[in-house]
Amino acid sequence: MPEMIATRDAYGKALVALGEQEPKVVVLDGDLSSSTKTGMFAKRFPDRFFNMGIAEQNLMGAAAGLSAVGKIPYASTFAIFASGRAWEQVRQSIAYAELNVKIVATHSGVTVGEDGGSHQSVEDISLMRSIPGMTVIVPADAVETERAIMEIARYRGPVFVRLGRMKVPVVFDDGCEFTIGRSSTMADGTDVSIISAGVMTAKAVEAGKELSARGIHARVINMSTIKPIDEVAIVQAARQTGAIVTAEEHSIIGGLGSAVAEVVVRRCPVPVEFVGVQDTFGTSGTSEELLEYFGLTTSHIVASVERVIERKKRG
Amino acid sequence: MRAGALDQGLPENMSQTLSADRRLEHKATNIRIDILKMLNIARSGHTGGSLSCVEILVELFYEEMKHDPGDPALPSRDRFILSKGHAAPAIYAVLADSGYFDKKELLTLRRLGTVLQGHPDSKKTRGIEVSTGSLGQGLSMGVGMALGLKIDRFDSRVYVLLGDGELQEGQVWEAAMASAHYELDNICAIVDRNGLQIDGAVEDIMNVEPLSDKWKGFGWNVINVDGHSFSALRSAFHVAREIKGRPTVVIAKTLKGKGVSLFENKVHYHGVPPTDEELKIAIEELESCRR
Repeated sequence: MPEMIATRDAYGKALVALGEQEPKVVVLDGDLSSSTKTGMFAKRFPDRFFNMGIAEQNLMGAAAGLSAVGKIPYASTFAIFASGRAWEQVRQSIAYAELNVKIVATHSGVTVGEDGGSHQSVEDISLMRSIPGMTVIVPADAVETERAIMEIARYRGPVFVRLGRMKVPVVFDDGCEFTIGRSSTMADGTDVSIISAGVMTAKAVEAGKELSARGIHARVINMSTIKPIDEVAIVQAARQTGAIVTAEEHSIIGGLGSAVAEVVVRRCPVPVEFVGVQDTFGTSGTSEELLEYFGLTTSHIVASVERVIERKKRG
Repeated sequence: MRAGALDQGLPENMSQTLSADRRLEHKATNIRIDILKMLNIARSGHTGGSLSCVEILVELFYEEMKHDPGDPALPSRDRFILSKGHAAPAIYAVLADSGYFDKKELLTLRRLGTVLQGHPDSKKTRGIEVSTGSLGQGLSMGVGMALGLKIDRFDSRVYVLLGDGELQEGQVWEAAMASAHYELDNICAIVDRNGLQIDGAVEDIMNVEPLSDKWKGFGWNVINVDGHSFSALRSAFHVAREIKGRPTVVIAKTLKGKGVSLFENKVHYHGVPPTDEELKIAIEELESCRR
């Protein structure tokens, strides 16, 4: 059994390490520092941590201002508030001015669980991806989260990182490297490609193994940077495998699936199937129950692969 | 109390600055003429709210603020944020006159390819600190700047100019709360209290009074001034600098469209530029006041 770590826990740890290395890093939170894990940074660097209270619009504006005087602000709250409540502040105050703000949002997707649909953002990738110049990163596990958090401090410009509440399997080993805009191939194959991000990557890897036992060789690609997306890897996948399934814990409208399809239809049209939330809000339940309820499991990926291969055969 | 007097802390001796103020008045007239010419050539833009804040900007950029047009990135500079971004022509005219960029750029306002966008864009315009235009966001950015400057132990100050209609945005009050909570005495907000917004009088559209009590309730030091009096503005900024442990707001009572009777206190000229005929009349009136 792989180790299980929530990406938000990896974030909290990485922030402290980053704070030691880079004095320009400051952190803002909106009264959720024990949940987003920025509280770890607050404890270590109280003078560089600002709790902005339950006021996300001001939080994003203040992050913009800190960036404008040379700091590297990491601004955290739940994904629905970061991307929804403060969308226009992110657009106008941060992105329009190309300010160097890192928005790290936790509690994304349906795996928020019991809190229910009000708190389960299934739209955040779509909302952030549509802002010009915004980089959008959805790490798959704790290791990739840690690498991404360190890496984005070296990149100049606005970034949105999407993290989760629940514990997820560690799929990368310590040697994993993270480069913005570059995907990683988790398994190679020529029959079909599964392109996933976030919590769905571990499930995509599992699906790949199940399929291989049945003689279907799937390429599994972890597309942790949704924007700018790794076009080269997508075009190769389309050309070399002829069929694609995308898997994300997000609405099928505007997220990873849409981003992949935008490349495929333009560069190399092949059949694509989308595993994701089907244009609906979330609901209360445990994380595992909800993944099943919304069709975000290994078996749903396998079923989609079978469908897309059928379409590929029909030509 | 005469116009221009402060709520508190009025320095007694303001008379020796009179000749300096004549110079600033002259400057303000030139800025107003530039604004109207820009708007006329652009054929769109915001006349009333650009004219109402001219004295505030002139006092800040020529008297109050520490800044260097030759080195806009000087770390120890004071910061200015035009939260009421639609008054862009006013700040552009002041920046050009101060030497941040060539004055002939003013005539390219709002044109494709211009460095002078319809609302302030820090990527494009030398001297613009942050991008504004969507109302209610400037004070939050000021909060972030003030926090960052304090970390680095700069004694720089952050000036944020807000419209009175803009105060209807909830984010302003989030930022007001945060400024007091973090004791940001390096922030000075200025409210251009011209009393009008696009759809009518502020008190009719969505009343913001009792305004002084609101800011006081949020923990701010409040100073009410005549927003067209240089000496009154100067005293207010001086008092604001001396107040420690809390931010100051200068509520500057102004006249929308100030300086041109055709535009003064007229809702219509919020977002309407002067026609060629109106421009001629306006410049004549402004020039005649100078004599």
